[in-house]
This record gives sequence, C-alpha cells and structure tokens, in this order.
Amino acid sequence: MLDVIIIGAGVTGAFIARKLARYELSVALFERENDVGNVTSNANSAIVHSGYDPVPHTLKALLNVRGNQMFDEISDELDVHFNRCGSLTVAVSDEQMVMLYDLEKRSQENGVPVRILTAEEVKEMEPHINKEVKGALLAPTAGVIDPFNLVVHCVENAVDNGVKLHLAEPVIDIKDNGDYFLVKTSKGEYQAKVVINAAGLYSDKIAAMIEDIDWKLIPRKGEYFVLDHYDVGLVNHTIFPLPSAKGKGVLVSMTSSNNYIVGPSSEPIDDVEDFSTDSYTLGEIRRQATELVPDIPFNQVIRVFSGVRPTSTRHDFIIEPAKSNNRFINVAGIESPGLVSSPAIAEYVFENYVSKLFSLKLKANFNPRVKKYTRLNDMSLEERNEMIKKNPEFGKIICSCEKVSLGEIKELLERSVPPQTVKGVKRRCRAGFGKCQGGFCSPMVALILAKHYNVSPLDIKWDKESSNILKEEVKKL
Amino acid sequence: MIKRDLVIIGGGSAGMAAAIEAKKNGIDDILILEKDGVLGGILNQCIHNGFGLTEFKEELTGPEYLSRFAEQVEEMGIEYKLNSLVLDVTENRIVTYSNAEDGVVLVEAKAIVFATGCYERSAGAIQLSGDRCSGIITAGTAQKYLNIHGFLVGKRIVILGSGDIGLIMARRMTLEGAKVLCVSELMPYSNGLNRNIAQCLNDYNIPLYLSRSVLRVEGKSGRVEKVVLAAVDDKMKFIPGTEMEFECDTLLLSVGLVPYVSLLDKLHAEMSSTRGAKVNDQLMTSIPGVFACGNCLHVHDVVDFVTDEGRDAGRGAANYIKGLSEKKKHIAIKPGNGVSYVIPQFIETDLNNDITFKFRVRKPVKNVFVNFKSGDQLVNKVVKPVLIPSEMVMIKLNKDKLTNLPIDEIEVSLEER
Repeated sequence: MLDVIIIGAGVTGAFIARKLARYELSVALFERENDVGNVTSNANSAIVHSGYDPVPHTLKALLNVRGNQMFDEISDELDVHFNRCGSLTVAVSDEQMVMLYDLEKRSQENGVPVRILTAEEVKEMEPHINKEVKGALLAPTAGVIDPFNLVVHCVENAVDNGVKLHLAEPVIDIKDNGDYFLVKTSKGEYQAKVVINAAGLYSDKIAAMIEDIDWKLIPRKGEYFVLDHYDVGLVNHTIFPLPSAKGKGVLVSMTSSNNYIVGPSSEPIDDVEDFSTDSYTLGEIRRQATELVPDIPFNQVIRVFSGVRPTSTRHDFIIEPAKSNNRFINVAGIESPGLVSSPAIAEYVFENYVSKLFSLKLKANFNPRVKKYTRLNDMSLEERNEMIKKNPEFGKIICSCEKVSLGEIKELLERSVPPQTVKGVKRRCRAGFGKCQGGFCSPMVALILAKHYNVSPLDIKWDKESSNILKEEVKKL
Repeated sequence: MIKRDLVIIGGGSAGMAAAIEAKKNGIDDILILEKDGVLGGILNQCIHNGFGLTEFKEELTGPEYLSRFAEQVEEMGIEYKLNSLVLDVTENRIVTYSNAEDGVVLVEAKAIVFATGCYERSAGAIQLSGDRCSGIITAGTAQKYLNIHGFLVGKRIVILGSGDIGLIMARRMTLEGAKVLCVSELMPYSNGLNRNIAQCLNDYNIPLYLSRSVLRVEGKSGRVEKVVLAAVDDKMKFIPGTEMEFECDTLLLSVGLVPYVSLLDKLHAEMSSTRGAKVNDQLMTSIPGVFACGNCLHVHDVVDFVTDEGRDAGRGAANYIKGLSEKKKHIAIKPGNGVSYVIPQFIETDLNNDITFKFRVRKPVKNVFVNFKSGDQLVNKVVKPVLIPSEMVMIKLNKDKLTNLPIDEIEVSLEER
C-alpha cells in the first residue's frame, strides 16, 4: 500500500512530489508520457509572472505571488537557469494608460511591487519598443525560466529522495475502496491511501473516475514563435500588452537561454491533443506582437509550436478534495500562471490537505539539491579544460549550434530521470535547439541513445511512443 | 596561446581548396579545423555522381571528388584537426576550438578563412502548418541517415521544395525501395538544376507540382500520416478547393540552404542578403584578415565553383598575410533589376586582373542583357539567352574596365532584349 499516488508529472505534480519527498511517505508519481513535463509544462511562455494580473484574492493571485518569491531558492537548489529580468506591461494609447493605472492598483492589492514608467523611461529601457508608447507598468520580480529542466530537475530531486517515478504509464481507472484507492494503470494495479490528481489536460477525466464533477476543462491552445539567439538585444524584459478577457495577451520576451519568444494566441479547442500550428494564427500573433515591438526579425524564427492550457470553467485554480472523499485531491485547471505558482501549489496542497491526513515525520536525509549539471558553456576556459582532461568526451562537440558536447549528453543518460528520446535530450541540454534545429546533430543523438539503451536506432523515438524517426535498415554498415 | 599564419574553419571542399591554394602561394603555417571525423564536409554523404565536370572534366561521386583534395592536403603536409569545433572567433582573430585530445585551445591567426558551409532551413523556419510529429525531416539529414548510417527515414514520401538535395533524395530513396509520391514547389519554377529534374524525377515518374505547398501536416499518432498540399496564387496565398491529400509517413524538406556563419554574425561582420558576409574582391569580409568562401558565403549549386571560390579565398588570405592587399579604392557592387545578389560586394584592391562577378537572378528570364552600370556609364553588357535562379551566373570583367568610373559603384542588372 502506497501512501500517496500523484497522477501527472508536469510542473504541478513534480513540485508536489518533491514536497512530499521531504517526509517519511511512500510516494509514486505516474505519467502517461515517456518523459516528465512533456505536455503543458513543455510548451508555454516560460515566464515566472510577478502576479500583477490575477483577480485579487483568487488562488491564482495568492499562489502566483507566493510562487514567485520561491524561485530564487528553487532555481539554485534545482540548478535551473532563471533570470529575474522584470516585465513591462505597455500602454500605447491614452485609454490604455487609464487601464495601466487600474492594473497598478490591482498589483498593489496582490502585493506585487510595481512602478509606472513614463514613455521616456520605457524607450530608454527598451529601445526597440513601439515609439507610440505612452507608459508601462514595470514589475521587477517577473522572470524567465528554463521550463524543461525545471520539471526534469524537480522530478529528479523527488526521485533522488525516494519518490518512485512511473513513465509511460497512464492511469486507466480508479476505485474508491473506502480506506484506500485502487489505481489501475496500463501496466498494473496499485493501492494508495491518498491520490493527488495533477493530470493537467486529463485532470477532468481522472477526477470523474471517482465522482461526478461540477467543473469542466475548456482547453485553450496557444501558438508561439521562437527566435534564434542573436547579439543585439531585441528586448530586455518580458513585454506584455494590456491584459484582456482572453488572458495576458501576446508577449515578446527573451528566454532563459537568450532566445526570444513571441506569443501566445489563445483559442479554445475541442481536442486536448491538438498541438498543431497554423499560418493564420501565427500571422495574427505577428500582427499583435509588432504593435509592441515593431522590428521583430521574423527571419530569425527557428521554430513555431503550440501549447494547450487546461483552462477550467471556474477560471481559477481548482485545488480541493473530492466531494466524496477528502483523500482524493484535485489539482486542476492549472493554466497560466501555473508555472510560477507550482511550488506554492505544492505547499498549499501539503499544508491544507496532505499534512492533515498523515502523522508526518521529516526525512532525516532529504537533500533539496540536485547534483550539479555539467554545462560547459557556463564555464571558464580553465574549468572546461579541467573537465576535458577528466573526460575527453567533454571536448567533442555534438551540437554545433548550441555547442553541446558528447560528454554532457552521456552524463544526462546516467541521471535518475534520463532522457529516452531525441526530444528528451534536446529539452535537457539544448542539443538540437539551435538554428539548424537538429539537422546536423539529431542523427548523432539518435545513435547515442540507441547505443546507450542497447536497441536498434529504428526503435529510437523523437517524442512519444509512435514517433519513431527511422523506418528501415537498408544495410548493415 | 598558439600562433598560426592561417586558420581555416571547415575542411570541406571550400576549406581544402583554400588551404591548398594558400600553401601554393607561400603560406606554410596553416591549420584546418574540421568539426567532423573526416575531411570533405557534406560531400561525404553525396554518394551520387555529377561532381567534377568543370574541375576534372569527368563525373565523380562526392567522396571521389573530395578525396582528390584530401590527398593533396596530405601530400602538401597541411595540418588539419578533425572532430574539432570552433567555439568562438574574435575580431583580433583569436580562434577558440574544442576537441577531445587538445581540450579547448586558443589560436591567434594572421588570417582566418571561414569555410563553414550551410545548413538546411527547417520546418520551424518555414513555419510549417500542422501537427508536430516525427517524419518531418530535412533532405540532407535524411541523406546522412541513408548514406552514412544505412537507414531509410520513411517508405512513403512527399517532398516539399525542389532544391537539389530534395531531388537527389527522391531518386536515392526510390532506389532503396521507398515510394516518393511527389515533389511540391511553392514557386512557379523549380529551384533545382534542370539535370536533376530530368535524372531524378522524370526518369522515375515522380511528379513535380509547381506553385503548390503544404497546407498542413497530419500526424496525431506521433508520426506523419498525411500531407495536404494546395495551390498558391501569385501572392503565395493558398487557393481554396485545390487541396491534394497524400497518405504518407514522411515529409522531406528541401526548402533552402542558409550560410552557417553565426560566428561571423556575432562579430558584427557586415552581412549580405545571402545571409553570408559581404566580401571584397579578395573575399575578405568587413573584418580585416577574415575571409569567407563556399556555401558559407553564398549557397552554390555546383561544388566545382565552391572549390574555385575556396582557391580565391586562399589566395586572398595569402596576399593579406604577405601584406599585399592594401585597399586602394572602394567600389560598391550592387544588385539591380532582376538580380538578387552579387559577389563580391566591394572591389578594393588591384590584385586581380579579372574580377568574376557571381550573381543569381530573381526569377527565370530569357534573352536578356546583363548590364554593368556605374552611374550613367555602361561598363559592360553581356547577352544571356536563359538565366534561372537555381544556376549561379558568373561573368568575368577585366580590371581595366573598372578604372575611370563616374561613381564608386557598379550596379548589375537585367534588361530585356
């Protein structure tokens, strides 16, 4: 009998798992994908929002502001790139200036430090901004984070502290047996005293496995552009338009890897697995983004993608026990600002619910830190050469765009949440993230994976189960 | 820090030719840095023939062509390092490279030749519509999987873009038992060489659809299942009702090549519309002592011309190291009507007796004059019966024609006859 089963290894499930890993509890984390953080956590704006926007006194407002405060410590302990670059919400008309003052009030009510900037101040800070700018709301606590490694490292830390991770194992059914839950997956049956539903886009289906629910998910798709790194800073903050009923709008931001991201759109969709992009929507994003930053170099676009957010009919985070059983906890509707809120959501779930269900003891040997990752690009020449002396594979570069070495890729494979796919490698160490998008390095990465897992390259996948890269071996070489 | 006279970045056809020519011009202290495990660059995976018609008056395969130069590099004792990627280049010509044996090493060079080749535009770069599934792959990557590693990336293929690698791969994959359903080209004309259309598509009954592009890719399962093509109008907008659906497992992209010069970009070298650097008649970029040639300068259609350009850069670098390439003038060469770019972008020395102007036309034209004008003065006029964008045009001018110009500028333009 497990103490806790967490369903979903996205950013929410990851932080809940890590929180519970601090205590003497047996915890299993189930994920339907073959990698952690591979759906909504994988495809979003990657902004650690300040909290200027959520309606005051909602869970979104509360947990966003609390979550934001936690990120310096988290990024340090989990060894994730994080840059508190600040955000600017920009007004380009006099009517918008009026709205900006309302937003300032809302920020203050949420406890978010902000300041209204004059047009001149904005232009000085952001030379590429629309010259029609009237002013902006500066939120210095906003930041950008590497969303991929945030989840990977968080789950890794949970696993290193005793959480059992089950990848590629979707939950098919749950039975409430009174004292415990019987959780049936694609691979087996498990008993647990407590179930935490952090299943993202599938949280409605998981919740409905034990009772009727009074909320629904209305997933919204957001499409984005990613631009290559280039030297001349396009923007130095995350630039937002004024928020509307549809959300925070199309932003222009640098990323934690010094790329630039432009998006998202926000369209309700019926199919939660629709991650397609289309030229009409991208054109609309482009139009809106250039109202903020007119000279975005769209010829530097290296990728377009879409993410689907689990928006709920309640329009706030749903964090509460099931009506029929307080040991089944729903953590649903975690749309934006979900990424920034996730560590605070974990805290909230623990303090309000889980801690009341067990008599808990802290683990004596809990280690909040992941083992330091080798990132040659962050090192000095001397440090780099020290690494190469120890292991010459750190000298052999596989990804020439992002300058990732063979040693760094192989090191990933030895960690406790190793990548199994080419995309898994890309998300962790950026091999294939550059201007050629893996054109040069992806065959090498696929062969490294095949060798490591001792399988044919035909079995290596780009991403999910049926996404094999190769179809046929024509000759043994 | 190690000191070298000449560092050549990239040991493909351009880099090897530059090294050989520099050595012939008296530069002995040369280092070629090659990122792969062998010399020759992309030619290693080009196992088809058709290389060397100009250079050797015979048809060679890529590996045969490259080995003739690799052997010369060996024979001449030119030093090269394999598996060595250049991480950085500074304005004062310090090259940082990394490999397993030496670690990260700084080399101070008197001159640098960039011969880093090009990369393929990806699905992201063309903002391909539809599902993000596997099975969408660039033609060159598929070529590497097939010709180097022995794997077919798919069995039922649609090819987007009629660039040469896509055409070559249409034939190659057909010969390995795949079914190539069609090649779709956005433009109303092909972007590949005519000989490749004939030998790689027509000979195998593979249809080429012009003015058609991918409306969307479907592949919810994780792998491409269907590609929907549609016709485009003259503004490149899709025309409703023209959809054609192909059940397939692969969409091969052959949608253009881009010079691979992020390091030159980072140095803020002046860049051209080719997305390579601007160069003068010595193939020197705006950064003194830094040269560029081959596909990292502008994408070529024939390797023989890459080799030739490599030699020019090698000679240019040798002249620079020997202190011969004093700038005596600054004539800007500009593309005019119907011309997308011209190389070189500047004429600054008197070292060459003839200057070869290389350029491409924007669209296919018949029966035109190519005019070289400086202000109102016609410097030269050449008749061309047919010019197409996929074939680079080369026109030689004697340097005497470049004296006494009314302004320091020459425009290369097309005029109907």
